[in-house]
Amino acid sequence: MPKITYITSADKIHEVEVENGLTVMEGAVQNDIPGIDADCGGGMACATCHVYVTEDWFNKLPKKEDGEEDMIDMAYEPKKNSRLSCQLIVSDDLDGLIVNIPSKQA
Amino acid sequence: MIKTDALIIGAGPTGLFTAHQLKLIGLNCEVVDNLDKIGGQCIELYPDKPIYDIPAVPECTGEELTNNLINQLKPFDINFHLNERVDEVKKENDRWFVKTSNNKIFLTPNVIIAGGVGSFEPRKFPPKECEKFENKSLFYTVKDKRIFEGKTVSIFGGGDSALDWAVELSKKSKVNLIHRRDEFRGARSTVNKINELADAGKINLFTKNQLSNVNGSDQIQSIDIKHDEGEIKKLETDYVLGFFGLIMQLGPIASWGLNIDKKKIAVDTEKFETNQKGIYAVGDICSYPGKLKLILSGFHEGALAARACFKLARPNEKYRFEFTTTSSNLLKRLGKKD
Repeated sequence: MPKITYITSADKIHEVEVENGLTVMEGAVQNDIPGIDADCGGGMACATCHVYVTEDWFNKLPKKEDGEEDMIDMAYEPKKNSRLSCQLIVSDDLDGLIVNIPSKQA
Repeated sequence: MIKTDALIIGAGPTGLFTAHQLKLIGLNCEVVDNLDKIGGQCIELYPDKPIYDIPAVPECTGEELTNNLINQLKPFDINFHLNERVDEVKKENDRWFVKTSNNKIFLTPNVIIAGGVGSFEPRKFPPKECEKFENKSLFYTVKDKRIFEGKTVSIFGGGDSALDWAVELSKKSKVNLIHRRDEFRGARSTVNKINELADAGKINLFTKNQLSNVNGSDQIQSIDIKHDEGEIKKLETDYVLGFFGLIMQLGPIASWGLNIDKKKIAVDTEKFETNQKGIYAVGDICSYPGKLKLILSGFHEGALAARACFKLARPNEKYRFEFTTTSSNLLKRLGKKD
């Protein structure tokens, strides 16, 4: 199974295996990783599963849909490497992905 | 003060159907919601998204579901208190004293929390300093646009609210419009208007910028905005407006003495009652072993909580289970029989 690394704003590192087909958001929720709220449950409607993706990975990921970019406008402290983790679907290509969780989701 | 058999917090699908169930069994109820409209998450987050798992409704959107639930309430007379948040719930003898953000007071034996993921509140600016200016020179909604006349207003956001207010206020104020990227997601015609106003010098446009600091003692004097590339610019301004949509916050519910874990309220599965007698939680906000966050589960939970309310609201009467197909009592309440 692909390994995904979540780094909290307090620099705590959570490395977990996430099944293919789940989203990076679901991987965090199912493994009780703090800091990803996912209030709307993956509907791209709330921007509370916001993460920062390290630069080399950011360019490898499938591009954002317009709706995701619109929602990121609403996120807490968005940056150029912001993504919504509910839109990142885990596959073998994402093995080793590292995401940073912001200090707050709202 | 309003006396009622049951007060429902939240006008989403679960709250609406719970109101239906209360009225059907002969109890009266009032509904409070912090949004300006009925429908909760269905109307605020996904009005156009299709839902496929409502029993006997193969497909409907959040808006259609809401409208159908409102239609189902037509036989009944129910007061909705919108744009109000329940701030306080406390015990007064054997009743609950409930106070809203609008200082409305309810006295009721039953409070049903159908609050979803919490109440919708405006998303705020990240810098901590913003708090002390809030509602003085920094706002997330506009209540009286006249205060901005002749002043400099810095508006943040890229959606319709930000753009509409930029256009409107540019008539009588000096407007800075600041957005984190080049594209705006507002209506095309409004975006065109913004560009026209910017070309005419009526609006100062700063894209790829975000708020990094606010400066001032009592009132805001200036703000610092930071460009994607790191450059910081100081803008003189009298007012700051932020339009970043709404976010769900548990808010005051956390202070009512309920068992809350991970923003969910623990309930039993007979009455959906919390650890406080006469306070129930239904829908997405409640938790119990096996809980599913489905709208249909909310309907079931509301139906059972409504029956539990009967006992406290009518202690001297016996609740009798009846079917709407056959009960003349229920048919009368539904307006189908004289």
